[in-house]
Amino acid sequence: MSIKDKTHGETGAEDEMTPDLELALREFRQSVHAWSEAAMNRPRLAVPPRRRLWRLAAGWALSGLLIVGGLSAGVFERHRQQVTIAQARMAEHERLAAEQRLQQARLSDEDLLAKVDVDVSQAVPSAMEPLAQLMAEDESK
Amino acid sequence: MAAGTLEVAMSRSTAQEIAAEDFSAVVTKHRPQIFRFLLSSTRDVDLAETLTQECLLKAHRNWASFRGESSAMTWLMRIAINLQKDHWRNRRMQFWRKTQVNSVELDEASDWLPSGESSVEQQLLARERVAQVSKAVEKLSERQRTVFLLRYVEERELCEIAQMTGLSEGTVKAHLSRALTRVRAELGGKR
Repeated sequence: MSIKDKTHGETGAEDEMTPDLELALREFRQSVHAWSEAAMNRPRLAVPPRRRLWRLAAGWALSGLLIVGGLSAGVFERHRQQVTIAQARMAEHERLAAEQRLQQARLSDEDLLAKVDVDVSQAVPSAMEPLAQLMAEDESK
Repeated sequence: MAAGTLEVAMSRSTAQEIAAEDFSAVVTKHRPQIFRFLLSSTRDVDLAETLTQECLLKAHRNWASFRGESSAMTWLMRIAINLQKDHWRNRRMQFWRKTQVNSVELDEASDWLPSGESSVEQQLLARERVAQVSKAVEKLSERQRTVFLLRYVEERELCEIAQMTGLSEGTVKAHLSRALTRVRAELGGKR
């Protein structure tokens, strides 16, 4: 007996029910009933408590390992960064010191040359001065 | 009017029946139907089992306050519908959660079509029809789906559906009509 017959078409839509629709609904009902029955009677796998405990312990151990690994990686990375920064600082410091040394050396050379120039110019006797002027003029030409 | 008189008569008789019944007997009797409704509604075996357990637990806690104004089945189904509603509401709120881990594919329900004595070709056609109805049911609104499943899977009367859902019979009829129209369109559109 169909739903339509059973309920004498209680809703307007059921009055318009075609045989195709009625068949589809009946098959749908049968499939749901069969599915439900099979699902209710399916064998259930009970997990033994010990295994569950083992899994729990393994889970915790793995989590701990991951946390420790993460922390170690963080500490290592921080250490590596600090070493790099220290090395960079040292290199910069050395570069500055070298530059300073070079500058000092350059300055002392220039001072020495200037002193020599002054000494040499003072050492020319007055009698030789016209000759020295001539040499200077030649150099300037 | 007639439905109201029928309800009163039914509730008196059921109240007497229920009073004598043990809760475990009620569970044994109605559990498969509750599970079936929740399975067809959620399409998830594990979820249907969980909700069935919750429904029976809730019923057990409130068993003493059950006055037998409706049948035990109606009362249990009402609890199941409310639990199912709560579940969908919670899922909507927890939108970041992964969707139905154990949910079946759309046409999995059609795998459970009883073979009967029909030919392979007929079975294939039937399977296709069931898949189409499943697809249409999936697209229905929550309320339409509930009403549709109670009517065409659980074969409940309109007055019972109204009691179970807390809707008026007129509203139930309207939902059923719309649901049926959509199922018909799905079946018609695929041919």
